[in-house]
Amino acid sequence: MIEIAVERRLGDFRLAAEFTTEAAGITALFGRSGSGKTSLVNAIAGLLRPDRGTIRIGDEILFSSERRIDLPPERRRIGYVFQDGRLFPHLSVRSNLTYGMRRRGAVGFDAVVDLLGIAHFLARRPRELSGGEKQRVAIGRALLSNPRLLLMDEPLASLDAPRKAQILPFVERLRDELKIPIVYVSHAMDEIIRLADTLVLLSEGRVAAVGSVASLTSRLDLRPLTGRYEAGAVIQAAVARQDAGDGLSELAFPGGRIVVPRVDLPHGTPVRARIRARDVSLALAAPEDISILNIFAGRIVEIADEAGAQVDVSLDIGTPAAPVALWARVTARSARHLGLAPGMPVVALVKAVALDRTSLGRLGSQRSDEEEE
Amino acid sequence: MGLTPLEIEALTLSLRVGVWSTICSLPLGIAVAFLLARRDFPGKQLVNGIIHLPLVLPPVVVGYALLVLLGRNGIIGAWMYASFGVTVAFKWQGAAIASGVMAFPLLVRAIRLSLDAIDRGLEAAARTLGAGRLRVFCTVTMPLAAPGILAGAVLAFARSVGEFGATITFVSNIPGETRTLPIAIYSLTQTPGGDAAALRLTIISVVLAMAALLISEFLAQRIARRIGQAPATA
Repeated sequence: MIEIAVERRLGDFRLAAEFTTEAAGITALFGRSGSGKTSLVNAIAGLLRPDRGTIRIGDEILFSSERRIDLPPERRRIGYVFQDGRLFPHLSVRSNLTYGMRRRGAVGFDAVVDLLGIAHFLARRPRELSGGEKQRVAIGRALLSNPRLLLMDEPLASLDAPRKAQILPFVERLRDELKIPIVYVSHAMDEIIRLADTLVLLSEGRVAAVGSVASLTSRLDLRPLTGRYEAGAVIQAAVARQDAGDGLSELAFPGGRIVVPRVDLPHGTPVRARIRARDVSLALAAPEDISILNIFAGRIVEIADEAGAQVDVSLDIGTPAAPVALWARVTARSARHLGLAPGMPVVALVKAVALDRTSLGRLGSQRSDEEEE
Repeated sequence: MGLTPLEIEALTLSLRVGVWSTICSLPLGIAVAFLLARRDFPGKQLVNGIIHLPLVLPPVVVGYALLVLLGRNGIIGAWMYASFGVTVAFKWQGAAIASGVMAFPLLVRAIRLSLDAIDRGLEAAARTLGAGRLRVFCTVTMPLAAPGILAGAVLAFARSVGEFGATITFVSNIPGETRTLPIAIYSLTQTPGGDAAALRLTIISVVLAMAALLISEFLAQRIARRIGQAPATA
């Protein structure tokens, strides 16, 4: 169990964040810039001293203002992957990796080098590496210091989309193969959907909500925090069928199946699928002769007025026993024209091609569905 | 054209004074620069001011102050002589102290600038990797500050070799003991018919200074390569 409760004043800004999370899997800290994400992870790492509070990992207290405990960063055993890498420019990649190896750990040098695919540039200097390579070395360096918790502060923020796609699988492997707990800071919802089990929403230095990624992203009231343009629901499903001929996969969830472009995962693998609200259309009856492969029958739960010409409609497309939330963003004119109202049965249409690989995440080894703080 | 024994004497004395003053002031210079760059303490501005005084005071004043403090009858000097029987007055060691004091602000400034330029994030990263303050200082801070330390050392060396006013005031002009290159040049210009000899010593001074600069440039490029920066273009 990781327990964080810190207060710190930084000029006009006040960080007062409190949450607990499992000491396993990936916990995402999400919030817009200036919400205190980096200050919070710096406090966990021991680089920023809270005015008040407690930081505890398992049985060990790293910081407690009450008990006057404040372990220096070098004794916290917390790995930190910085946004800007921070590789030592005067050391080779190999020396960077071994810098923290005085704390011998469960993972060996060769295993980490293998896992991150960095064997062929061990002799180089950091300045000879590309951005993606640098971040892989930074991850390896942090891992080799034998941390009990890994902090990753927007490790992909400085990379372009192809590089991100290159690194994300490595982060998944840390989670699935090394089973190291990770606190992952990001303001990109697609990374979080793909990686995280637990989501901590930060806003103006405070924790606005804690819960599973699926439960928080489906809540209309958190929409201002989870993002408007990228808004959408996250559905937990499992790989049910592969259609190699058409290059499609089917994912089963309570209440139906989603057809998506082929994902290369074994049958039964639990996955998260994010369906953006703007990719969902509504109809009163299932249309015939249409190219759309995903047609779900559901019921309107709530309609939220967006400013301007759009409304966000929250639907339930699951079964009575297992509700599944989906959002549709439609024009206010369509909503009026169809006479949409809460409780009404509707049909949701989702193009399969709208669900690309960035919208699909493999679930972590373990997860919990508890709601709220 | 060979050097005369007198020229060799002045040259080796100058080198000895320059090398010793630089070597001895370097650790102190690094410590002071680190304190000024990284720590806040009461009286920091005062310390900073005192260190920079030799840069703005007439060298004669510094020399006289040293005489008052460290001379045989000086405040500290008398005690040193009484307790240990040592004195630096009218000795080459005194010349090294005088030139070290005069060069100290240049040394501290160069090192402090390079410390200020170091990304503190790298030091923070090292600590999250389990390195304590001392290890961070030795393995991250010092290597990254190396170019600035080298530049400061060369500057201090050149300043020491060229020191005149404070040295002649403090330890006078004793052939073979405190008559360094500049003092020898000055003596020759005061002697009838000494112009040619003075010119020869002047050329030696220029060669010495150029050699110091070239060596430091060479080392700076090697260090820059080692710490992973692109070699600076001249």
